[in-house]
Amino acid sequence: MSVLVNNDTRLLVQGITGNSGATHARGCLEYGTNVVSGVTPGRGGQVFDDKIPVYDTVVEAREATDCNATMIFVPPAFAADSIMEAIDAGIELVVAITEGIPVADMMRVKAKLAHSDSILIGPNCPGIITPGQCKIGIMPGYIHNPGDIGVISRSGTLTYEAVWQLTEAGYGQSTCIGIGGDPIHGMTHLDAAKLLTEDPDTRAFILIGEIGGSEEEEAAAWIKENCDKPVAAFIAGSTAPPGRRMGHAGAIISGGKGTAKAKQEALLDAGITLAATPSEMGAALIKALG
Amino acid sequence: MNIHEYQAKELFDKYGVATPAGRVANSVEQVVEIAKELGTDTVVVKAQIHAGGRGKGTFKSGFQGGVHLCDSPEKAGEIAGKMLGEVLVTHQSGEEGKQVNKVLVAASVDIDKEFYFAILMDRETERAVIVASSEGGVDIEDVAENTPEKLIRVPIHPTLGLQDYQARTIAKQIGFTSKQMRPAAKLFAAAYELFMATDCSMVEINPLVLTTDGEVIALDAKFGFDDNALFRHPEIAALRDTDEEDPREVAASKFDLNYIGLDGNIACMVNGAGLAMATMDIIKHFGGDPANFLDVGGGATEEQVREAFRILAGDPKVDAILVNIFGGIMQCDVIAQGIINAANEIEMNLPLIVRLEGTNVKEGRQLLEESGINLITASDLGDAAKKAVESVA
Repeated sequence: MSVLVNNDTRLLVQGITGNSGATHARGCLEYGTNVVSGVTPGRGGQVFDDKIPVYDTVVEAREATDCNATMIFVPPAFAADSIMEAIDAGIELVVAITEGIPVADMMRVKAKLAHSDSILIGPNCPGIITPGQCKIGIMPGYIHNPGDIGVISRSGTLTYEAVWQLTEAGYGQSTCIGIGGDPIHGMTHLDAAKLLTEDPDTRAFILIGEIGGSEEEEAAAWIKENCDKPVAAFIAGSTAPPGRRMGHAGAIISGGKGTAKAKQEALLDAGITLAATPSEMGAALIKALG
Repeated sequence: MNIHEYQAKELFDKYGVATPAGRVANSVEQVVEIAKELGTDTVVVKAQIHAGGRGKGTFKSGFQGGVHLCDSPEKAGEIAGKMLGEVLVTHQSGEEGKQVNKVLVAASVDIDKEFYFAILMDRETERAVIVASSEGGVDIEDVAENTPEKLIRVPIHPTLGLQDYQARTIAKQIGFTSKQMRPAAKLFAAAYELFMATDCSMVEINPLVLTTDGEVIALDAKFGFDDNALFRHPEIAALRDTDEEDPREVAASKFDLNYIGLDGNIACMVNGAGLAMATMDIIKHFGGDPANFLDVGGGATEEQVREAFRILAGDPKVDAILVNIFGGIMQCDVIAQGIINAANEIEMNLPLIVRLEGTNVKEGRQLLEESGINLITASDLGDAAKKAVESVA
């Protein structure tokens, strides 16, 4: 009952000996994720917390531990290199948490990704979690409960807000995917919506978007034609002034494009239930369920 | 980050994008000297501030216009004397205007034809895209709306880069003749090199002009840089002029706080950009007006929380402060301690509405209760927004 990550996920952590890498590797371990190895160039041969072997390269980690997913905490200046290293080593799922990667670097990463079978989530994202099975990322595990509601979002804390509302109302989650707030990134709203639509164990899902770009509109158009599951949505940034980057590099209204209004209209047109405020995301999903 | 016109010109000069001859000056004597050096019949003196609309702006002294055509070095000096040290108000500068500390002195050019040329980082194609048009010197949004056929868009491959044939084709497509094609293509190639080498998000040359002498030059330009890449371009980061920015934003950036000033009276402090935007939205939904966007980030320290408070409480427009924290990485007790420290240090008589949820929330709430600080607690985001709006009603 999940997409992309479950009990069979074998996780590698790139940047495991750094501050946040170490903290969140431990967080994932505590949650029950099967963390099998770490990579930090120059630290090969060390053992993290007396149990996780550290390698110099992803290829070595892959050969030795058969990891099929990676979580990247490498600092922004070196993160694109690490993503490409994971892609070249054939890691199936690459989750890049790092915030602040230059856009030009991501442009090159995407050019490389186009010629591979790897799936990239992020960067600048909270990660992905299938409650009760596998957590890859920085989200607080305890707010989640296993269940059949999917969540897709560009923002971290706003995702926690939605998950918490669902959990409080007694609705557990199948898989929650944080796709990230950068203008050029891996998995899109549309990709995630397709996965959740096809997942037999996801009954309904919430799509959380924000101003900037046109991914929400693309997902809405697809959902309108192809998805029979109940969908609820919220778009952040109705009150954001044009031309200003609202924290996320991707959250910017420019040239009259990417406004909250245009996105809300597209979602409504697709028969999606809109939450009027961020405190009603859970309620909107319950309403959509009927 | 924005830069001044003279800084853009210096960047163009460095990368071989042709511009009118000229230099920046900060005194009348320098202006006269540069004008003499240029040796042209007329020179242009341009006030250097970030706001647009300089030509039609008015100085607080009453002097009209931040851009003047002068027919002698002496006249250039006289005009510069009326600009330097004075405050220029334009339709983009706000009522308070901006003080002019520098002027650009440049040779005037005889224009035969005007074009538009820009390079943008495009999220849809995930590439740098060249946008060009035969319609220069006008608002490009109008061209896109009214005559979209006059606008061409060419995505550039991220690793192959701009090819010569692409540059030549663009030149021909926007109306350069066979003879003018090569100088135009040369300028395009230089602009692309500059764009990639300095991690720009935008280089907009408007107008790009063909002079009566057959030269192709960039007459005016706007730059945007990728903030995430400034770490590898210290020379670009050094071009930042904090005098041109909102002082609240400058103060926030010193502590790595993500702050954007707005016009309302309900200040907010939130962790996470999406939640911060959503908090502004819900304040508005309940009839209030947010004073700012403030994301304290995922791993804020007590010091950052304290400084964030200082900025919010020190803003005369603010009548109430709403704190909305969903602790994930961030722990609620750390936030609570930051709030307590700030409240004890800063004399604050504003209503303070606090909504905490997430990691260590019990400890956080307990700290706040025991601190004796006068605050309004909220059970959820909706409740918090309602209480904040009521508190300023």
